[in-house]
Amino acid sequence: MAYWTTRRRDVLTGYVFIAPQLLGVLVFVLVPVGMAIWYSLNKWNVFTGRQTFVGGDNWAALASDPQLSSVLLATVLFSGGVVVLNIGLGLLIAVLLNRRFRGATFFRTLFFSPVVVSVVAWTLVWGFLLQDNGGINGLLGAVGIEGPNWLQHGDTAMVSVVISQVVRSVGVNMVLFLAALQGVPSELYEAARIDGARSRAIFARITLPLISPTVLLTAIITIVGALQSFAQIAVLTGGGPELSTTVLVYYVFQQAFEFNNIGYGSTLALMLLSFVMVLTLLQWQLRKRWVFHEQ
Amino acid sequence: MSTKDHLMITARKLLGALALTTAVTLTAACGASGTSGGGAAAGSTDVKLRMTVWTSNEDQLKLFDSIGDAYKAEHPEVTSITFESLPFADYNTTLTTQIAGGNAPDLAWMGDLSKDLIGADALVGLTDKLKATNGWNYDDLEDSATKEFSRDGKLYAYPFSNSPFALYVNNDLLAKAGQKIDPKTLTWDQVAAAGAAVHAKTGKAGFVVRDFDYTAWNMLATVWTGFGASAWSADGKTCEFGSPQMQQAFTFLHDAAFKTKAMPGPGTKADFFAGDAAFTVAQVSRASLLKGSFKFGLYPLPAGPAGKYSVLGQAGVGVLAASKHPDQATDFLAYLTNPANAEKLAQFFPPPRKSLLTGEKLAANNKVLSAAQLQEVVVDQLPKAVTLPNHTKPAEIAQKGKTALDALWKPDADIPAVLNSVCAAIEPILAK
Repeated sequence: MAYWTTRRRDVLTGYVFIAPQLLGVLVFVLVPVGMAIWYSLNKWNVFTGRQTFVGGDNWAALASDPQLSSVLLATVLFSGGVVVLNIGLGLLIAVLLNRRFRGATFFRTLFFSPVVVSVVAWTLVWGFLLQDNGGINGLLGAVGIEGPNWLQHGDTAMVSVVISQVVRSVGVNMVLFLAALQGVPSELYEAARIDGARSRAIFARITLPLISPTVLLTAIITIVGALQSFAQIAVLTGGGPELSTTVLVYYVFQQAFEFNNIGYGSTLALMLLSFVMVLTLLQWQLRKRWVFHEQ
Repeated sequence: MSTKDHLMITARKLLGALALTTAVTLTAACGASGTSGGGAAAGSTDVKLRMTVWTSNEDQLKLFDSIGDAYKAEHPEVTSITFESLPFADYNTTLTTQIAGGNAPDLAWMGDLSKDLIGADALVGLTDKLKATNGWNYDDLEDSATKEFSRDGKLYAYPFSNSPFALYVNNDLLAKAGQKIDPKTLTWDQVAAAGAAVHAKTGKAGFVVRDFDYTAWNMLATVWTGFGASAWSADGKTCEFGSPQMQQAFTFLHDAAFKTKAMPGPGTKADFFAGDAAFTVAQVSRASLLKGSFKFGLYPLPAGPAGKYSVLGQAGVGVLAASKHPDQATDFLAYLTNPANAEKLAQFFPPPRKSLLTGEKLAANNKVLSAAQLQEVVVDQLPKAVTLPNHTKPAEIAQKGKTALDALWKPDADIPAVLNSVCAAIEPILAK
């Protein structure tokens, strides 16, 4: 029997097709993660290139880092705010723009357009708008309201970075939800209306279950994206005031590249990686309970 | 063997290959540890030198290139000298990343990173080479200029730029607000009073400490030095933010920001050079930003309660020990900074050479400032000037200090408590 059977050829073809992706995963994921693990076990003097093996010292330093609790709190507040608003507003805007009305295309373009703007340029503009004598306070002043000094107080600084991030990225979720909404069969709505169902019930019983796979997808990508948001913080607040907007990914950058503590920065990066993995796996498991899969 | 079994075996092989590659990479990383560059033999040919700079000014880069070309003409073994312009905001991060990544430049400009580089033995000592270079004239260097770049009497970076901080005044704005100042007897209290009057009358800002922007607090040394305060002790081990002098200085700044409004508060932008402020504290080299849109004055810093003083902003250039050609790089540095080239560089950067430090010589190529101005704000200030606070781990100290100091920039701040919290935050780093 010949070695190159049809089955073997198919298997080989399959591997050839996934080879570029596999190589990418190897070079850009597995190797960096492996190196980060190695660096987390070392103290690295970047000025001389000397590495000293310190075992679990960097991991033990996590427990005694006085700034870490503030950083984790800021991470939870930022990510929580971004995820809730991004999914909630994305869905709301998609539902509103899913109707047929004059100018719907214009509004879809309007809400999506910030996504294509450079994040640094976008954040710089927001920085000017949010400064004490900036555009937003100017508008508030025109209607007799004295606006706060947005980026100088902990609460308003966090609100500011969350809003600037959500306004920029909500268009992605909106487009995904729009695509999902347009895939819901119209006869289901017609049947529900004939049966006398109200709009709220139609949304809860028909729309939401049918777009739940998209909700799962957007939840995963929004959470991962929120945990990786860096430029907004770096440009808008620099992690301040105090540590109110120092999220984990920004703290990783500070430790590794500004303070040259590459070992500790790698340890923090691995902690962030484990958070992302746990949250993603959790959602993947929970999907069985709330994601509707048509049989 | 079934297809399923075959696929599983192939998948195992693939995973094994991935693990092996990762392990090989890790081993390579282990093997790389402990290496620190190292120089090639002095007699190498085809030497390519690279120097990182933070200027992107075309005229300055042209001057560097012309000096590099002249050096190459005399040294055929050096085939290329590149001046790599890195953005100032990320300069330290980029430079350290290049060093950590095994791609260190041969020479580098440096500011507050110098202490770390010198402390880590990452720079080549220059004194012997410069003293031995014919005509270099080492004794011509101003002592106050070399202090920050020296350790145990040995120079590790040539202080090519020594730009004292000065007070720029927008005379048009002062006139509009009916304010007059006497630069000979000017004090910080008078600047604050005039600044507050300008703000009240015109809506423009009073005085601005340029580049401070409520984040880069070390720039405030241009004010607190006049109050007799310093960030830490001379040996760099004890924090002095809690001193009465520092409290007095920060009370002055806090009042200016929140009570008299002489200084724009946090989150308010005001650019002196665009005509938005009556005064600014900035380096003399910033005079190139003046575009003639208003009448200006340039004076030494106003006196504080502790009297007259001067603060210096510096940049040095050193040779990295990780350079592949440290000998050739040091030789080029000696050439770049010899008396003739130092005179050329002086048109952009106030030099450390006493022989070049006269108002007339500095004014020869300066289109904005007169000889008298340069004599008063540069030449007369340099010998007694102190530098901005500089310490090892500058970025970490800056961030920890800023995090604590943020609490001060509120109208009802408890100034002594906040300043003590700055010490609590930075003292563990100072003690390292």
